[in-house]
Amino acid sequence: MIQTDSLTKRHGDIVAVDDVTIELGDGLTAIIGPNGAGKSTLLCSIGRLIRADAGRVVVGGLDVATTRSRDLARRLAVLRQENHLPIRLSVEELVGFGRFPHGGNGRSVHDRARIENALDLLGLEPVRGRFLDELSGGQRQRAFVAMALAQDTDYLLLDEPLNNLDPRHAVELMRLLTRLVTQRDLRIVVVLHDLNVAARYADEVVAMREGRVVAQGSVEQVITVEQLSDLFETPARVAEVEGRRIVLWE
Amino acid sequence: MAEHTRAGAGTRPIASGAASGTTSARRRPAFGPGARIALLAVVAAGVLALYLFQDLPARWQYPLDLRGRTLAGMLLVAVAVGVSTVLFQTITANRILTPGIMGFDAVFMAIQVFTVFALGPVVLVATPPLVSWGVELVLMSGFVVGLYWWLFMGRRLDLHVIVLAGLVLGTVFRSITAFLQRLLDPDTFAIVQDLAFASFTSVDRTLLLPTAVLVLAALASLWPIRHDLDVLGLGEAPAIGLGVEHRRVVMHVIVVVAVLVGASTALVGPVMFFGLLVANVAYTMVGHRHSRSLPAAVLIGLIALVGGQWFLDRVLGFATELPVVIEFLGGVVFIALVLAGRAR
Repeated sequence: MIQTDSLTKRHGDIVAVDDVTIELGDGLTAIIGPNGAGKSTLLCSIGRLIRADAGRVVVGGLDVATTRSRDLARRLAVLRQENHLPIRLSVEELVGFGRFPHGGNGRSVHDRARIENALDLLGLEPVRGRFLDELSGGQRQRAFVAMALAQDTDYLLLDEPLNNLDPRHAVELMRLLTRLVTQRDLRIVVVLHDLNVAARYADEVVAMREGRVVAQGSVEQVITVEQLSDLFETPARVAEVEGRRIVLWE
Repeated sequence: MAEHTRAGAGTRPIASGAASGTTSARRRPAFGPGARIALLAVVAAGVLALYLFQDLPARWQYPLDLRGRTLAGMLLVAVAVGVSTVLFQTITANRILTPGIMGFDAVFMAIQVFTVFALGPVVLVATPPLVSWGVELVLMSGFVVGLYWWLFMGRRLDLHVIVLAGLVLGTVFRSITAFLQRLLDPDTFAIVQDLAFASFTSVDRTLLLPTAVLVLAALASLWPIRHDLDVLGLGEAPAIGLGVEHRRVVMHVIVVVAVLVGASTALVGPVMFFGLLVANVAYTMVGHRHSRSLPAAVLIGLIALVGGQWFLDRVLGFATELPVVIEFLGGVVFIALVLAGRAR
């Protein structure tokens, strides 16, 4: 369980996250909202990549501000939107870093198994020895997700993981995430731009606007004409195709 | 695509693209990083021996003593500059900035000239070298740590701002130094001018031991955070995500870098591009793991310094000071890196 209590983060005069108190349950939670709504800031504050100005975050019973960063890294993996590496690393080396919080050097049998499993799940076997700067944006994106998976945590926070991914890999990543939720009992929070993806895969949707959470609930509760039109200040239409909600704009 | 399900997870893998099925050959260079470091060590030992023992006259005591002094100075500088540059590039997540380029040593020079200017040259000449060394080192390290703590940790800055700030600060301090030098009388100016250029042949013997102790202490302090260093190289957000106490470790590294640069500058004077040269050759040879890049950078520095000095002494016959040559080469590398677009 992820809880925030009056979480606030300011960037200068702008309040990016404004007094947010929410509880995120099990399964796959999608955070949606217009640009600048504070989605990434909220996610990064939960993942302690950003220090909040006020309020508290508790992940799985651990207070993010006071728990040792290393202990937290065993429970919680977080991936930012931009992942630019200053150094030259192979895919395998990068994924190996996921074992760092467990004190592993990446060479023990257990570490190796975890790394292989992550490479395998993300379909990175064929490019495992390649350097990251030689890969396509989508492959690099998947390599970072593989690193987060190798971290072997209970919680996974992903900021726009579908960036750079073509439809095929986007769908495959979302399917993988839903499988991880059911099979490994992983709790996943993703910031998503594509509302149709959110509607298709999320167990719970959190809608944010101007730093505040304006709606939280199931896809049926949040992906509605009224909510979306209001949230994005653009008339929306919601259609049902084969029992799934599809969002169209007027 | 093949449905290779793994025990434990039982989840189906994402399709691996057009290349699935073909396993790409993993790059295995002829010599691994370990062998390359060993090779560097052998070359360094050879150069060292050559420099020390070649052409010793019958009365060998004095020349050997002299060479030993120069060698000790070069060894300390190779360690201090190599380690500080690699560490600095790790925490700033780039491979083109060095403490020298960021103006760490400019701060040192400014402090020295200001001391001369404020207190007069007599003070500089009359105080025991160890005392002035200690005072300058503390002043400089403290100042640099304060400055860069404020720069790096006070707020979130991107690399370009840091580069710009560093270049501007370096220029400011160099200008202050130049301005104060113009106000000095010719005699004092000569003393100060002498400090402004690096020289390995005029190392103060009394400073060797304290410098060595300081450098070793700085290195030893890195031991507890040795595993964090590699993770730090991934950048701030990934490092925090993987559980590195980022602020604490970065601050630790800044202090170590300031002390190492201070120790090296106080011993031989400023060397601007040397660190850049050795660090980048080291990355190219052995990659970015600190357990390899740090020793490689030190060994390459040692080979460059001792080998270069040997070449100048014995082959060219003292035609020029070594730092001039090394700075020239380092400058060329700097320009090459900028042009190659690796300065990210």
